Amino acid sequence: MSARERLLAEAQKRILMTDGAWGTQIQTFGLSEGDYAGTLGLSHDQKGNNDILALTRPDVIETIARSYLDAGSDILSTNTFSSTQISQADYGAEHLVRDLNIANAQIARRLADEYEARDGRPRFVAGAVGPTNKTLSLSPDVNDPGYREIDFDTLKNVYREQVDALLEGGADFILIETVFDTLNAKAGIMAVLEAQDALGRDVPLMISMTLTDLSGRNLSGHTVEAFWYAVRHAKPVTIGLNCSFGAEQLRPHVKLLSGIAETLIMVYPNAGLPNELGQYDELPEQTAAFVREWADAGQVNILGGCCGSTPGHIAAMHKVVTGIAPRQLPVPPVVTRLAGLEPMTIAA
Amino acid sequence: MTDTQASARFVNVGERTNVTGSAAFKKLILAGDYTKAVDVARQQVENGAQIIDVNMDEGLLDAVEAMTTFLKLIAAEPDIARVPVMIDSSKWDVIEAGLKCVSGKPIVNSISMKEGEEAFLAQARKCMAYGAAVVVMAFDETGQADSKDRKVEICERAYKLLTGIGFPPEDIIFDPNVFAVATGIEEHNNYGVDFIEAARDIKARCPHVHISGGLSNLSFSFRGNEPVRRAMHSVFLYHAIPAGMDMAIVNAGQLDVYDTIDPDLREACEDVVLNRRPDATERLITLAERFKGTDAVAEKAAEEWRGWAVTKRLEHALVKGIDAYIVEDTEEARQQAARPIEVIEGPLMDGMNVVGDLFGSGKMFLPQVVKSARVMKKAVAHLIPFIEAEKTEGQKAKGRIIMATVKGDVHDIGKNIVGVVLQCNGYEVIDLGVMVPWPTILAAAKEHDADIIGLSGLITPSLDEMVTVAEEMQRAGFTIPLLIGGATTSKVHTALKIDPVYDGPVIHVLDASRAVGVASQLLSDTQRDGYVAGIAAEYQRVRDVRAGKDPSVLLSLADARANAFVADMAHKAPPPAQPGLHVFDDWSLADLRDVIDWTPFFRAWELHGTYPAILEDDIVGESARNLFADANKMLDTIISEKWLTAKGVVGLWPCARDGDDVVVHLAEEERHVTFSFLRQQIRKSRDRANMCLADFISPDGDWMGGFAVGIHGIDAHVARFKAAHDDYQDILLKALADRFAEAFAERLHQHVRTTLWGYAPGEQLTNEALIREDYRGIRPAPGYPACPDHSHKPILFDLLKANETVGLELTESFAMLPTAAVSGFYFGHPDSEYFGVARIGQDQLEDYAARRGVDMATATRWLRPNLD
Repeated sequence: MSARERLLAEAQKRILMTDGAWGTQIQTFGLSEGDYAGTLGLSHDQKGNNDILALTRPDVIETIARSYLDAGSDILSTNTFSSTQISQADYGAEHLVRDLNIANAQIARRLADEYEARDGRPRFVAGAVGPTNKTLSLSPDVNDPGYREIDFDTLKNVYREQVDALLEGGADFILIETVFDTLNAKAGIMAVLEAQDALGRDVPLMISMTLTDLSGRNLSGHTVEAFWYAVRHAKPVTIGLNCSFGAEQLRPHVKLLSGIAETLIMVYPNAGLPNELGQYDELPEQTAAFVREWADAGQVNILGGCCGSTPGHIAAMHKVVTGIAPRQLPVPPVVTRLAGLEPMTIAA
Repeated sequence: MTDTQASARFVNVGERTNVTGSAAFKKLILAGDYTKAVDVARQQVENGAQIIDVNMDEGLLDAVEAMTTFLKLIAAEPDIARVPVMIDSSKWDVIEAGLKCVSGKPIVNSISMKEGEEAFLAQARKCMAYGAAVVVMAFDETGQADSKDRKVEICERAYKLLTGIGFPPEDIIFDPNVFAVATGIEEHNNYGVDFIEAARDIKARCPHVHISGGLSNLSFSFRGNEPVRRAMHSVFLYHAIPAGMDMAIVNAGQLDVYDTIDPDLREACEDVVLNRRPDATERLITLAERFKGTDAVAEKAAEEWRGWAVTKRLEHALVKGIDAYIVEDTEEARQQAARPIEVIEGPLMDGMNVVGDLFGSGKMFLPQVVKSARVMKKAVAHLIPFIEAEKTEGQKAKGRIIMATVKGDVHDIGKNIVGVVLQCNGYEVIDLGVMVPWPTILAAAKEHDADIIGLSGLITPSLDEMVTVAEEMQRAGFTIPLLIGGATTSKVHTALKIDPVYDGPVIHVLDASRAVGVASQLLSDTQRDGYVAGIAAEYQRVRDVRAGKDPSVLLSLADARANAFVADMAHKAPPPAQPGLHVFDDWSLADLRDVIDWTPFFRAWELHGTYPAILEDDIVGESARNLFADANKMLDTIISEKWLTAKGVVGLWPCARDGDDVVVHLAEEERHVTFSFLRQQIRKSRDRANMCLADFISPDGDWMGGFAVGIHGIDAHVARFKAAHDDYQDILLKALADRFAEAFAERLHQHVRTTLWGYAPGEQLTNEALIREDYRGIRPAPGYPACPDHSHKPILFDLLKANETVGLELTESFAMLPTAAVSGFYFGHPDSEYFGVARIGQDQLEDYAARRGVDMATATRWLRPNLD
C-alpha cells in the first residue's frame, strides 16, 4: 500500500494524531550559540536556527520526536520549517539546505519505523515546508502595490530543492503548512507535482492554511472556502488549519472546512492565544476540551498542536478523542469551483 | 441589492479590462496609466461582473509584462480580487505568466486543438497543475468551427481528450465561436442558429461543461449603431441561454431587456439571429437606420396626470406603481431640489408614506406595494450617482436591516417580500441574497453598522444554520435584534433553539405584514425594552411548556412497530404497465396551467383565502383580482415565448419491505438501494396505528416509484427583472414557477396512476378533486412530514438520474436547484395515506443511524426537527 492509502485506511478507523510544536519545545532546552553552530564553521550566528540542530545537536531533535511519539503521535513532522534557500540565507547556511532536510527527515523516518516496529501501529513522516518570509501576492512596498520581492518560478525552485531532499530523507508526505499566502502554496504544490513527475510516483500533499483574522481569511485575503478551491486541484490527502489562533478561535472555520472538503481534515492549533508576555499558557486539558467538540461533531480526522503545544497537549488530546469515530468524508455536488479572494461556484 | 454566494447559473464575465474589446482600456494601458486601468476593473466588479476577463493582446504591448503588472496590481485591491480572474490571451506564454500571478482559482481563456492534440493536452495539464478552469475554443487542426456539426464534433473530441487525462469536466468551458451575422454574405446567415443548436448538443453530449461566448462579434456589421447591437445581443442571449449557454463575455450594463426592445426591432433581430427569412439582413439594415443615434424607447402617450406638479406626479407613480416616467420625473425633481438626497427625503418618501399608510390600513395589498417599491427603487437608483458625487452623508433611514437567506438554502420569495415591505416603510435594507454563510452576514452587519439582522429559510436544514448564525453572533459579541422568518421557521423553534443561544433579542416574524411593526418597536427608544421583555417572557413560557411536557408520550420504537399499520396486501397495486425510468423533457406548460392550484399562490402574496372565492372577497378581492390578472398575463407570455421548460422524470421499481426499510431492486444494474423510513412514535388513541411509509409496501415483493420535476429557464428573466429593479415581476415569476412545479408533480402523478403504473386507468377527476387528492396512492416528498429526512433526496436523485434527466441539483442542505422543483416517492397501495412522523425518540434515532450507516452526529443533524 502507498503512504496515501495507508493513511486513509488508518483514518477510517480512528482520529489520528500528528505532533506538536517544535520551536517552543526546542526553547525549553536552553541551547547556546555553541549548541546551534557546532563545528560547521558558519560565518553567521546560528542561535535560533532550529532546523540546523539536526546536524549539530541531533539528540535534541530525537528527544522531542520521541516525546511526541510517546504521547501518541501517529504522524511526525520534520523539523524543517525554515530549511529553504530563502530562510537559511538569514543564517548564511544556504549551502546546507539539502543536508538539513535529509538529516531531519532521516531522524523522523528512523524513529517512526522504530515505533511502528514496536507496536505494529503505522507511523508516518510529514516533510514540513514552511511559507518562507517572502510573499508572492503582496508588495512589501506600500507605495508600489505591483512590486514583488520574489517570483513564482524562483519560489517554486526553492521549494523543489527542499521537497526533493525531504523525499530523499524518507518523508511520506509533503506538508505545506502555515500558508499565509495562497500563491506561495500554489508554488509549493507545483514543486511537488514536478517532483512527483520526476520520481514517477505519487507524492501525497498535506496542506494547512493559517488565518490572520477571526473572520477566517489568511494574509493574502482568501476565505477558507476560497483557499480550498484554490488548492483542491492538488488532491491533498489532508487539508486543514494550523497556527495563528487557539482551538477556540478556529472552531467555526474547522466546521466550515469540514463540510466542504472531500479529503481528511487535519487541524493543529496553537495552545491558545499568547498572553501579554507572548507565552502560551493554555493547559493541555483546556485544548483537549476544545478539540473534543470537533471530534464529537465529526469534523476532524487528524489533530495536533502548533505554537506552545507540548507532548502533554498531544497526550491530552489523544486521550479525549480515543474511541470517538473519525469524520466521514462528505460527497460534495459537482459544481464548478472558482475563487478570487472569495469562492464562486457555477452550477455544472 | 446584491446577490452573493449562490451557485451561479448564468455568469457575466466583465469585458472592459480587455484591450481588444475596449478602446478606452487599451488607451490607458498603452499610456501606462495603470491606476485608472485598475479603476476600470473595480467598476466592472461593482457593476456586477462575476468574473473579470483580462486581455493584453495588442501588437504595441509587451503582453507578458502588461498582463503580469495588471494582475499584480488588482491582487492588491480586495474589492476587485474577490472575484475570479479570466486570463485571456491567444498566446500561451502570456497565459502562463498570468497563472503565476493569480492566487485563487482562475479561468484560462483559451486553449484549443489548433496546433494538434499534443500541444492541447500539454497546455491542459499545465492548467490542471496551476489549478485553473479552462475555456476551450472550438478550433482544431483544420480551423475554427463554423457549422453546428463542426462545433459539436470538435468540442466532443476535446471533451474526450480532456476527461481522458483526468481534467475535471466541470472545469471545461466551451466557446463554440460566436460569428458575425447579417454581413451580406449568405453563408454567414445561419451562424447564430449554428451556435445555439451546437450549445444544446454539446451540453447533452458532454456532461457538466459550460458554454461561453463573446457577444460583440455577433453584431459586428452594425458597428456604430449601438441600439441595434444591444438588441441583437439581448435577442441572442434570450435564445442561447435556454439552449445551454451559461457564460458570456459581455458588458452587462449594455444589454436591453428583451421585453422592452422595440417590437419591430426585436422581430427583425430575431429574424436575423434565428435566420428566419431570406431577406432578414436587408430588413434589419433598413430598420437600423431608424434607430441610429437614438437610444429612445417608444413614444409615451400623454395622460392627464402628466400635467400635474412633479411632486404630485411622483406620488401618483408610486401609489399606482407606474414606472414609465419615473426616471424623468425624478430627474426633474432633482433639478428643482437643492440636493439630490432631498428628493428621496421629500417627495419620494412622502409618496411611500402614502403607500405605507394605505398598506397599513388595509387599502393596498402586497402585490401593489411591491409594484410601488419597484418604482421607488428605480427613482433611488437614478439619484444614487448624484448623491455619491456629492459625497455627503445621507440622513440615516429609520433603521438599517441586513437580510439574508442562510447558507445552504436558495429560497428567497418570502425574504424579498419582507425586504420590499421594510423598504417601503423607510428602512434601509441590505439584502445579501441567498446561500449566505454566517461570516458574510456578521461582516456585513458590522460594516454597515446594522440595527437588525433578518434571516430567512424555507427548508428544514436552514433551521440549524440559523442556530449557527445566532451562536456566532453571540460569540462575536453582537447585541442587535435577530429576526427569524420563512416557511419552516416557527415561534416554537425560535424559542427553543435560537433564542437560548443568543443574548440579544430574537424574534420570530410570522409574515411580511408583521415585519414593519416588529422593526419599528425594536428601534423605538420608548417601546423597545417593553417589547423585547414581552417577547422574551413569551418564549420562556414556550420553553417552560415544552419542558413540562411528559416525555413518556412517546412509545418505544419496539412498541411503535408492534402498533404498525397493517395494509391488506391482497389489494396491493399490480405491477406497472411500464416499469423503469420515463423522462419528460418538455411537458406542455399550457397543459400544466390548467391544473395550477391557485390558493397557495395567493398565500405566497399574503392574500389569505381559497381560490376562486378569494377573487370575490370583500376585503382582498380587488387586490387578488389584479394579481390574478397580472399572473395570467405573465403566464400568457411564459407560454407563448417559452420562457420556462418543465422537465420531469418518473421511475417505477420492484421493491420489498424489510422492517421499516424499503429495498428497491435494480435488476439491470445488479444493485439494491434502501430507503429507510421513520415511524411515528407518538402514543395513539386505541384504533390508530403508528404509521411508517414502509407499512404500505409488501415484504413479499411490491412496487414503488419516485419522481422529480423541475422548472428551468427562470434565471435569465429573474436577472433581467433584478437589473430593472423590478421586484414585482421577479416575485411573480418565481411564484408562478413554483406553481408550475407543483402542477407538474400533480399532473405527472395522474399520468403515473392512469398510464405508466396504470393501476387506476379509468380515473376521471376534476381539477378540484385533484387538488383535494381524491385519488388512490400518495406521493410523499423527502423533507415533508411523512418522510422528514431531506437526505433521501441524493439517493432518490441517483435512482432517477435526476441531474442528467431533469437537470436538478442539490445544495449542501439538500435544497433543490432550480428552486421550482418537486421530488418524491409514489406509493400505490389503496390504503396509503399522508401522515406526519412528528417527534421521534432516541431509540429510533440510534436505529435510524445504524440503518443509514451514518454516525449519530449526522443522523442527529438530519433529523433535528423531529428530535426533542
